[in-house]
Amino acid sequence: MTLAQAPHGFLSPAGVEIAFLLVGLLTLGAALVTVTTRQLVHAALWLVVALGGLAVEYLLLTAEFIAWVQVLIYVGSVVVLLLFGLMLTKAPIGRSPDADSGNRWAALTVAVASAVALVWVVVDAFRTTWIDLDGPAAGTTEVTGASLFRHWVLPFEALSVLLLAALVGAIVLSRKAKADAEGEGDGKAGADGKAKADALPAAPGKEGAR
Amino acid sequence: MHLAYPAVLSALLFCTGLYGVLARRNAILVLMSVELMLNAVNLNLVAFDVWLSRTARETLHSGQALTLFTIAIAAAEIGIGLAIVLAVYRNRGTSDIDKLRDTAEGPDAEGPDGDHPAAEKAEATA
Repeated sequence: MTLAQAPHGFLSPAGVEIAFLLVGLLTLGAALVTVTTRQLVHAALWLVVALGGLAVEYLLLTAEFIAWVQVLIYVGSVVVLLLFGLMLTKAPIGRSPDADSGNRWAALTVAVASAVALVWVVVDAFRTTWIDLDGPAAGTTEVTGASLFRHWVLPFEALSVLLLAALVGAIVLSRKAKADAEGEGDGKAGADGKAKADALPAAPGKEGAR
Repeated sequence: MHLAYPAVLSALLFCTGLYGVLARRNAILVLMSVELMLNAVNLNLVAFDVWLSRTARETLHSGQALTLFTIAIAAAEIGIGLAIVLAVYRNRGTSDIDKLRDTAEGPDAEGPDGDHPAAEKAEATA
């Protein structure tokens, strides 16, 4: 058996592996709570725990620049955007009984089946593969920056154009919806019929729905 | 470190996000689950990049560069996605993706308001 001949013990409990396992369990638990909790704001806050745990995993894999980018962008801005989205759509603060749709069991079946298949394939494929974490770190900011600006300059610049396009697109989407709601709100009401009855959610007095 | 640790964790996180995308009703919760799936992919990319940079002497660091690109694209995606969700909420008064049945086929796709769940309507018509 090749496992015994490998220079590493099988599932050797090195310190890094134990830390990775504990943080991984925390991350997975936070992700599970994120997709199952019935309180929408709590889902966003548990997502912070999951993304922060992933940042720690990046640090354990010696990819420090990715870890700090993860903290900056995901924990810093994406979760804040999601929280703003929850507030702007007037998500209920307490428990919302209809957070999950009716096809929950089909979704659970699909997710468990794909999890079993993926874990089986991955463990079977990489059971004799070890990451060598000793020596100089593979993901320091210097190494990442050198490779990024030496080999990946063109995709990097194209990505900046994509970000600009996304920014402009988000602004255009917001402005158009605003103009619809304010300017021709009554003009389209006849077409949609009842749909407009509960539209214009910006009206005050819906706070009682919470 | 055994490569199976990050690979298995990433597979489980991906399937958690998959469950969230399929089972959640609120559009913003679906976006959160999409973020979980993207992060699972990022963890895979970083782990394999660290492995290959030692084993195969790979100096291109494609995994980490692609991780950075994925993070930036995810930020753009979440901005556009939230703009779309907010526009839908302004127009329809709801962000439940179950109730947005304009393009749904079948007898239970009457209007965009969809006050009744699809199951009740199917039973009522049957």
